[in-house]
Amino acid sequence: MKTVFERPKSLRERLMHYCPGCTHGIAHRLVAEAIDELGLQDDTIGVASVGCSVLSYAYFDCDFQQAAHGRAAAVATGIKRVHPHKFVFTYQGDGDLASIGTAEIVHAAMRDEKISVIFINNAIYGMTGGQMAPTTLIAQKTTTSPEGRQAEHTGQPILVSEMLAQLRGNAYIVRASLHDPKHVIRAKKAILKAFRHQVEGKGFSMVELLSTCPTNWAMKPTEAVKWLEENMLPYYRLGEIRTPEGVD
Amino acid sequence: MAETILMKGNEAVAEAAIRGGCRFFFGYPITPQSEVPEYVSRRLPEVGGVFLQAESEVAAINMVYGAGGAGARVMTSSSSPGISLKQEGISYIAGAEIPCVIVNMVRGGPGLGTIQPAQSDYFQATKGGGHGDYRILVFAPASVQEMVDLTIESFDLADKYRNPVMIMGDGILGQMMEPVRFPDGPDRPNPEKPWATTGKRGRKKVNLISSLNIEPEKMEEHNWKLHRKYREMEKNEVRFETDDVDGADVIIVAYGTTARVARSAIRKAAERGYRVGLLRPITLWPFPYAPLRELAPRVKAFLVVEMSTGQMVDDVKIGVEGKAPVCFHGRPGGMIPDPEGIVQEIDRIMTGRGARA
Repeated sequence: MKTVFERPKSLRERLMHYCPGCTHGIAHRLVAEAIDELGLQDDTIGVASVGCSVLSYAYFDCDFQQAAHGRAAAVATGIKRVHPHKFVFTYQGDGDLASIGTAEIVHAAMRDEKISVIFINNAIYGMTGGQMAPTTLIAQKTTTSPEGRQAEHTGQPILVSEMLAQLRGNAYIVRASLHDPKHVIRAKKAILKAFRHQVEGKGFSMVELLSTCPTNWAMKPTEAVKWLEENMLPYYRLGEIRTPEGVD
Repeated sequence: MAETILMKGNEAVAEAAIRGGCRFFFGYPITPQSEVPEYVSRRLPEVGGVFLQAESEVAAINMVYGAGGAGARVMTSSSSPGISLKQEGISYIAGAEIPCVIVNMVRGGPGLGTIQPAQSDYFQATKGGGHGDYRILVFAPASVQEMVDLTIESFDLADKYRNPVMIMGDGILGQMMEPVRFPDGPDRPNPEKPWATTGKRGRKKVNLISSLNIEPEKMEEHNWKLHRKYREMEKNEVRFETDDVDGADVIIVAYGTTARVARSAIRKAAERGYRVGLLRPITLWPFPYAPLRELAPRVKAFLVVEMSTGQMVDDVKIGVEGKAPVCFHGRPGGMIPDPEGIVQEIDRIMTGRGARA
């Protein structure tokens, strides 16, 4: 019998703690597939963050470091400077990267640190129970914005990829989405390109992945992907935000 | 034998780190220790190492976490407000058992305080600093030469215990020049670290650097494991020096720069007929409780002298176990105790007017 579909080698055979309908599982799989396809498993050092992906190290079959909240890019910097020829990636959510870890991500990008960042943007704090994130959309209700986020009170949702795209250097920054199979395939291509960017020694790379959080959005998984499509896509533009040739 | 050279404390500690095998340094400028990053920014590339100026002390200590976890000999340095910022990272580093060396050239606080020398980070260094049940080895050198010797050795000890080691100097030690001699021979080698994250090539099992244990049973187990390590450090690593304690009426307990001022005071006191000894802790953690316990029944009083409002007094009292009065003389806020002030305090103690701390 011919095997047509199997678990990537870089992903361990183990139940994930993620909620039903959450797209972390898809993101994990895509990252693991990309590591396999580039033959990087034995030379990879991942950096887990704080949030729902705090346990991501338990699912990847490669060396890992668990970083403090927001500090993954700094930890990855330390690792990469010691092992410049190894593949180093961080896996961070939007609370981690876009709120408490803004200084670390901006400066890692500024230094053109040769690391790859997987940035899960689901517009909310998942692990702590659905509080407002800097990426929360205007009027989106969360446990700390019960009437919906109001711009005059908490500003506009942060566009990290566009912000980082302003920096000079060789960064590759791309935004993709995980809400349907077509976009999942595109996300995979984006991850592969970002990882190659590091492997070829070109510079910093980041893939922002628009993701769902049915539990904290209080939606069924099918409603969640629809909500992402209708609400997040108009605000968070998909595609390459920055290539080494310049801002797209 | 290597020649004696004149060197500023901050530069000497930086050179000592390289002799200790340090090849990675992540730092951020702050007075009065900025010569440390400046020095290694020139020197590390010469030995194939990397200096990186981080965006903050927070980032710097997390780069130390990453590099140390990846198997390198790594150091960071700062001064009090910057060390406060590093406490989160130090807690994680202690929890994840990553070896590293941290230099604190202490200045007066709290807050932005002053850039002048102080010893007011004693609590922070020895009683936790960051959150959780952890300890770090804290050295308090009293001269540039001692700072060099302890720094070189710190890298071996950090690796031996997989634990942070802190060199606690102060603005004076960092800024003053003294004759110093570095050991002959090659820099200390970085030992094999089979636990480090290097990519799992050649290994069946992955390596994980983490301080996370979601299950309380496992976290408790980890806490006890760390505790056993700290007991081991208490057993092996206590260091102190005594001067003229036999037959002394009063024993001064002072560390670092203050111990040197105390020595001047002891000579002055002798001119007035007072027999005063000195106990100088070289490790602030683990603290030399045992010699205090032993000396306590034989003296009229202990006099703790610090550049703070008395942060070491509690530890001295623990050692003395109530068997002798513990008095205190201190100058906080960046002021330096002068010998005369100490002698006056000894005079008060000897004439029954000394106030207990």
